[in-house]
Amino acid sequence: MTYVTRGFRRKREESGPPDRVPPGQYLTSDFPVLSAGPTPRVSLDEWSLTVSDRDGETKSWSWSEFLELPRETVTVDIHCVTKWSKLDTVWEGVSIDTLLTDLGEPGSHVLVRSYGGYTTNLPTADVTGGRAWVAFGYGGQALAPEHGGPARLLVPHLYFWKSAKWVNALEFGDFDRRGFWESYGYHNYGDPWLEQRYSGD
Amino acid sequence: MIEDRRVDGNAIGGLLADWFGREMTGEIGCCGECGVVNPLGAVLVYLDAPGQVIRCPACSSVLMVVTTIESTVRMSFEALRWIQSPR
Amino acid sequence: MAGAEILGRLTWQLAEVVEVIDENSRARTIVLHCPEWRGHLAGQHIDIRLTAEDGYQAQRSYSIANAPHAERVAITVELVDEGEVSPFLIEELRVGDRFEIRGPIGGYFVWEPAVGGPLQLIGGGSGVVPLIAMMRARAETDDHVQVRYLSSARSFEDILYRAELKRLAEENDGVSVVHTLTRSHPEGWDGPTRRVDRDMLEGHAWSAQLRPLCFVCGPTGFVESVASILVDLGHEPRRIMTERFGPSGG
Repeated sequence: MTYVTRGFRRKREESGPPDRVPPGQYLTSDFPVLSAGPTPRVSLDEWSLTVSDRDGETKSWSWSEFLELPRETVTVDIHCVTKWSKLDTVWEGVSIDTLLTDLGEPGSHVLVRSYGGYTTNLPTADVTGGRAWVAFGYGGQALAPEHGGPARLLVPHLYFWKSAKWVNALEFGDFDRRGFWESYGYHNYGDPWLEQRYSGD
Repeated sequence: MIEDRRVDGNAIGGLLADWFGREMTGEIGCCGECGVVNPLGAVLVYLDAPGQVIRCPACSSVLMVVTTIESTVRMSFEALRWIQSPR
Repeated sequence: MAGAEILGRLTWQLAEVVEVIDENSRARTIVLHCPEWRGHLAGQHIDIRLTAEDGYQAQRSYSIANAPHAERVAITVELVDEGEVSPFLIEELRVGDRFEIRGPIGGYFVWEPAVGGPLQLIGGGSGVVPLIAMMRARAETDDHVQVRYLSSARSFEDILYRAELKRLAEENDGVSVVHTLTRSHPEGWDGPTRRVDRDMLEGHAWSAQLRPLCFVCGPTGFVESVASILVDLGHEPRRIMTERFGPSGG
């Protein structure tokens, strides 16, 4: 039984230009904070980022070492599976391509690990070729902890749950291991333009 | 702040009652990671759609994850070791 | 318990608005008549579901404000700026309108006079709604449960149920009511004017030695801060029940 309540209607949301805003999304002017757990508190002294390749070879950077890497400023649109999209967001970060130099073959997939235990998985092709960064700056300022600071993954062409906050390690290899939301029924790939929200979409 | 967004088991009272067929927030549950026992009304709930992540208030381990996909609810059990009525 | 009875409580029921009371410019109490309602305990809440003509549905939870009652359930809704449901409930909804409710829900953050006291009730903003239900449940019995009620509100106008609480405190030796105002206070205000802190709880709350039952409700930051202070003051964690409403202001 469903009863239609007189006078109630959904909140009107701005849908935005269809070539910029994927189907089912609406524009937001703020930056919603969503999280699966408490904010990890990582001191910059303790912070490290480790990248490993298909053969298990690793490279690690401390915070100061990481900041010495070549950095880029990018302006991208981001899309959350909870239906909000934000256009022209400005980030500063280090390209994953840069992190992979000096390592061997990555393999076909990467499992991303975050401080606090969150994980997500992606094909290597979706984080290389200039498609992804480890970002430490947002909107011209240091990335705030509630948005994933000190550093988060940024993969704007996929739903934003793939852009893991508080990134700690990128484990490349030939196996596609499902991350947190992927193992709970969310789409393994997550293309917002195909509305790949749930597995089976 | 993320911590401001978290709520507690009271917020999923309706969902739990739907699932288990009776009121559940007064039931007590044991965290398999740290062993602390708490009423389900006192567990921490992170309302992150994609889903709700339910954590132990003592050690923050994930007790359960609830995802609603179209209208199908999936309850995934992680560190929640047992539930019982309080004595 | 009979299976059918339990299912009845969890299914969506149609309720009709029989009265609306504007508590202040940003809050309204909505009194509902629901023929299948079998009553509730103070502290419980209902889920409501609104359906628009295009089939769109929104669901929210609201604490029950009235004392246990057979056919009537009242909620107090506070306006959330840019919200979807609260502006509708406060600005559009009229007596005679109907929407679906389900409940009562809650088995942890609940109190009934038989459980006894002393009671310590601490509410921030709309967190006082389930607490007023407890006060009203207490007022309907001859029990002499002693209660200390502390609320935190932004301004004088935001204090919910102020006149009723004043009357309860005046008529009853066992009832003490204190409000603290955190953003602005009127001239002549002689109550506290800051966020609830350890000094305030030491001054106004039951001491831990008396082993009160504490109910703390409101925005998450408020609840966690207050509960933490109560534990520091020696209250047993098991005797502190908390209900977090999420970030303040929605």
